[in-house]
Amino acid sequence: MKPGNDEVVRLENVKRHYLVGDETVRALDGVSFTIRRGGYWAIMGPSGSGKSTMLNILGCLDRPSEGAYWLNGENVADMGDDELSDHRLKNLGFVFQSFNLISQLTVCENIEVPMMYLGIPPHERAERAKALAERVGMGHRLRHLPAELSGGQRQRVAIARALANDPAVILADEPTGNLDSATSVQIMQMFEELYGQGKTIILVTHEPDIAEYAKSRIVLKDGRLLSLEESPVQRNVTPEMESGNA
Amino acid sequence: MRSGKIGYLWPFVKLGLTDVWRHKTRSFLTMLGMVFGVGSVVAMLAVGEGASQQSIDSIKKLGSDNIMVLSVKPSSEETGSTGQARGSLAVYGLLYEDADRILETVPGVKSLVKARMTQRVARVGERQLEMRVVETTPEWFGIVNRPLLDGRVLSERDLAYRANVCVLTEHGVRRLLSGREMVGQRIRIASGVFEVIGIVQNESGGTVRAPDSEADGYIPLTTGTKLFGEANIRYSAGGMEGEKVELSEIIVHMKGTEYVEAASRAIESVLKRFHKKPDYKIDVPLALLRETEKNKRTFNIVLGAIAGISLLVGGIGIMNIMLASVTERTKEIGIRRAIGARKSLIVVQFLINTCVLSITGGIVGLALGVAIPLLITLFTAMPTVVQPYSLALAFGISVGIGIVFGLYPAMRAAALDPIEALRHE
Ligand SMILES: Nc1ncnc2c1ncn2[C@@H]1O[C@H](COP(=O)(O)OP(=O)(O)O)[C@@H](O)[C@H]1O
Ligand SMILES: [Mg+2]
Repeated sequence: MKPGNDEVVRLENVKRHYLVGDETVRALDGVSFTIRRGGYWAIMGPSGSGKSTMLNILGCLDRPSEGAYWLNGENVADMGDDELSDHRLKNLGFVFQSFNLISQLTVCENIEVPMMYLGIPPHERAERAKALAERVGMGHRLRHLPAELSGGQRQRVAIARALANDPAVILADEPTGNLDSATSVQIMQMFEELYGQGKTIILVTHEPDIAEYAKSRIVLKDGRLLSLEESPVQRNVTPEMESGNA
Repeated sequence: MRSGKIGYLWPFVKLGLTDVWRHKTRSFLTMLGMVFGVGSVVAMLAVGEGASQQSIDSIKKLGSDNIMVLSVKPSSEETGSTGQARGSLAVYGLLYEDADRILETVPGVKSLVKARMTQRVARVGERQLEMRVVETTPEWFGIVNRPLLDGRVLSERDLAYRANVCVLTEHGVRRLLSGREMVGQRIRIASGVFEVIGIVQNESGGTVRAPDSEADGYIPLTTGTKLFGEANIRYSAGGMEGEKVELSEIIVHMKGTEYVEAASRAIESVLKRFHKKPDYKIDVPLALLRETEKNKRTFNIVLGAIAGISLLVGGIGIMNIMLASVTERTKEIGIRRAIGARKSLIVVQFLINTCVLSITGGIVGLALGVAIPLLITLFTAMPTVVQPYSLALAFGISVGIGIVFGLYPAMRAAALDPIEALRHE
């Protein structure tokens, strides 16, 4: 049974087990849910409840031990390593807690990395990287190295990079975990904007006030779904989204 | 790759270049192994080639279709000395009969030259010069190729009439007759007076028993026997010491190189039958040539092994650095994988990185390998030949080393689990 057209993500009884010594760790133990295009989700739960494991699977960095994961209508559980890589390149954008910029590359070069793998010619790459940097308010720091930026600035660059391949889904693992509360608010406002522009956003956090920004919520406990609370997607797509990233 | 275009790889080449540039010191030190490896391959091959070409040239000068039979003085116990009151007379060496027998029995002989060589003093007025007097036949000049500078060489007529004529090499002529009209002059050699009829060029650099020396005077064989007799008496401190040698050398000129091997064996057996003492020696330039060429091949193999080891060491150095670099860049690899780089692209990235190192090292090494032989030739006058194939070989090897020794670190990089790599600090 293939998911409907507006479904981006569909998990069916997904399990992820790790074998540690003789013991099986059930990081995910049968999770099912569906995420529609344009949704803004928070995945919550205490430490060790399986949030990161879930996000790695959603982000095609990992495969379920059991169950099916439909991404844009394709079952990721059956895919090979190259296909997973291609899915990440084309459909997904990552934002990490520790920013994960390449330290030897400048702001502009970092934003260009996904476009390089997509085979976009250098001139166009540089132009688009500049536009993306401006979009996250980092247009004046193109030639800087990550080490020369503050945490909030680095996370902005990381968001610009996550947008560089114009992904359908943005995955963020504790994106404000290393930031002070004022900067956290700025970053959450950027996600809010992206949501407004029609991106699907999945956010992992254990902080309730950050989770407040999301429209829908999943709570995990011991690798199982504790609760799921979905609000209907508000469709208020801005013109910028359509023209800028079509 | 994805688009299948070479242009797609260019960003990765640029990435490799900037990586190498970013770690200048480290890259430079890593490359030194390749630089010296490739440099020594090219330089050693050039020196070896120069040396072997030199000896091959000098052997070729002797003529590869010639066989030289030489008189050799046997060790004293074997000398058939005729005991005399105050001194001894050593009788040994090749005979006229030997020459005749060779001519009669050995197939494929085109011509044969007989020669006797003695050291004698030549005089012109006040001047005197110790020279090697070669008593020989006109054929000498047909076989031992030495260009005529002036006058003429010995003729059959000179030989038949036992004429007192001589041909000099230019060096001898200059020292004896400088500043005069040379051809037509008269010089005294031992007890005879000779007319200079021709001047031939000196041949330089004969290393392997070349029939050649600084100052040579050529006279008809018959004239020599008439004037000097068959015994060559030398006076020494203990009294008189003499030796009787009919012919110092017989040069057998074959119709072609294909006759040489069989002929040398035939000559050997003819001489063996009539000489009880080992008072002769057979030199075959063709065999020397073959041997030199064989030695050259052996030399090249040994050289290749040594150079191969130094390149191997260079390659291991590169691999070591690349493994360190993979560990150091684990996080970056994780990031690139998370963004969507396929494993193969990570391999390509690291391979290009090593190839940039090894190729740059290779190019610098080539420059070094060309420069060293030039300097050697400049300062030692030793001939060196940088052959194009050695450049291609060394360069190819440096690229190969980059790929071979880069592959393992690159695969290690690609095999990293992206989630683990991202967690790496
Ligand atoms: N690679 C792994 N090997 C073994 N156990 C793991 C591995 N990754 C995660 N786990 C375990 O799975 C459970 C869920 O981990 P995680 O998804 O990181 O939780 P969270 O992000 O909610 O803190 C934990 O008990 C953790 O120890
Ligand atoms: Mg976590």
